[in-house]
Amino acid sequence: METTGRFKLFIGAANRNRILFPFFSLITLIVVSAIVSPYFLTVINIKHLLAQVAIVAVLAVGETYVILTGGIDLAPGSLLALGGAATAALIKWVGLPIPIGILGGLFIGALAGAANGLLVARVRIPSFIVTLAMLAIGRGATLVLTNGRPITGFPHGVSVIASYIGPIPVLIIIVFVVYVLAQLVLSYTKLGRYIYAIGGNEQAVRIVGINVNRVKLFVFIFSGVCAALGGIMMDARLDSATPTAGQGYELDAIAASVLGGVSFTGGVGSLTGTFMGALIMTILGNLLNLLGVAAFYQYIAKGMILIIAAISLSRGVRYAK
Amino acid sequence: MKGVSKRFGGVHALEKVDFSLGKDEVVGLIGDNGAGKSTLIKMLAGVYRPDDGEILFEGRQVEIHNPKEAKSLGIETVYQELALVDNLDIPANIFLGREPTFRIPWLGIIDGQEMERHARQILERLKIKINSMHSPVLNLSGGQRQAVAISRALYSNPKVMIMDEPTAALAVKEVNKVLDLIVQLKKSGVSVIFISHTLQNTFSVSDRVVILRKGQKVGDIATDKTTPDEVVKLMVGAEEAPTGVV
Repeated sequence: METTGRFKLFIGAANRNRILFPFFSLITLIVVSAIVSPYFLTVINIKHLLAQVAIVAVLAVGETYVILTGGIDLAPGSLLALGGAATAALIKWVGLPIPIGILGGLFIGALAGAANGLLVARVRIPSFIVTLAMLAIGRGATLVLTNGRPITGFPHGVSVIASYIGPIPVLIIIVFVVYVLAQLVLSYTKLGRYIYAIGGNEQAVRIVGINVNRVKLFVFIFSGVCAALGGIMMDARLDSATPTAGQGYELDAIAASVLGGVSFTGGVGSLTGTFMGALIMTILGNLLNLLGVAAFYQYIAKGMILIIAAISLSRGVRYAK
Repeated sequence: MKGVSKRFGGVHALEKVDFSLGKDEVVGLIGDNGAGKSTLIKMLAGVYRPDDGEILFEGRQVEIHNPKEAKSLGIETVYQELALVDNLDIPANIFLGREPTFRIPWLGIIDGQEMERHARQILERLKIKINSMHSPVLNLSGGQRQAVAISRALYSNPKVMIMDEPTAALAVKEVNKVLDLIVQLKKSGVSVIFISHTLQNTFSVSDRVVILRKGQKVGDIATDKTTPDEVVKLMVGAEEAPTGVV
């Protein structure tokens, strides 16, 4: 009994700290960055940083949805490339109007996400395996579609997505809207409630007659759409869709969620946390760049941050499955 | 239930068992492992269908094809393994799968205030005091968790509540709370079928005990007209084979 009591206290504390941990990490990182590099707080760097965080953050929304149900999505990096390339191809090669091209890209993302979701929910293959396969398939499909070459030079309209309203990048506005809507769904709708519930105790959710498969299908579709949206944002930013775009971004998306306090056993976390997690990952990369640390080391640094975050946040949260 | 039988392959899980439950009555179902207790209640809950015999509910013959039909008749089951979602709070658990929503089509926006109000009402009906409605149910004691599970079953205003081992894995103090809950249920007009391995618990809340052995009913006695010793003898069959070790 003694241990259970302490265990519960610890969980209570961990839950309360779920937002505090990323918050204080973020503040610390910003302060340190500002001290270490004189360029960090310059307007140009902040503008660049916000544009950069946007893409990671948008992938992380979908990732958070999936992780909250107790799953994992390894495909967003590849689906970013696929969605981006599909949109580019539709606009540039097929000659469709920009909005239609964008919808087309998002639809491809949804389709790939639906494939993930169906295999996880209906065929009951672990999401790790399904989305690992989709990571390969999505990348391969992108290479086939683009013939391995970037698609460049879009009509003027596309660059609007990557423009600025005053000092604020349109990209970050898009992300803000996505986050607000996605958090509203999580907090106030049945769908959101069931996403948390499935991560807590899937069996119990099935017993009361909730269609668990449909919820799972939804989170994977949503993650696919978020990834494709990230790809379209990247198209606009670089004025080019490269088949290798987004490689390794699944790491950033997962790390953002975990750093933000989303429990990878599911059922605990929020998008506020995830956004802070995305900021931490991006600022860290930015700082290492400013300090002139070679890109090779950055991977090591990111990996280690992820492990540290997992150690400090995962303890004490174990729910019955 | 009249003369119900159930076979699984060649095994007779239940053979021509009559079982009745009166209004506002608490019946304790007793029997060793494999005596047929679970089979019996699962037929009432719509999980199994009897091979033989009939089920009468309020004087009408009924067929219970699935758990939903059982629920719509007013038969709710609280299962042994607590089907609670640990990371959600009390109202969310009580209303899981039937959250009240605002009348905006498609969006399914949960009416949190309505939910909390109802949850409080139900807990009050059971005379349960819980300080924080909004901490995850993981933080509740075993007895409180059982209370939440019972509240969930109670929400649909059932006429019959089946409880399979509601006191298993609880500390003594918690067991008493759950037994109090059963008394409260009875007072509020719910009939209860109560299964427990602890005879003492069964005796303290039941009006009548029904004893099963190897798929047959071997006893059906008002609780105040029998003793735990007699029940144990019936349960293991010592009456018929006095030479057996009890």
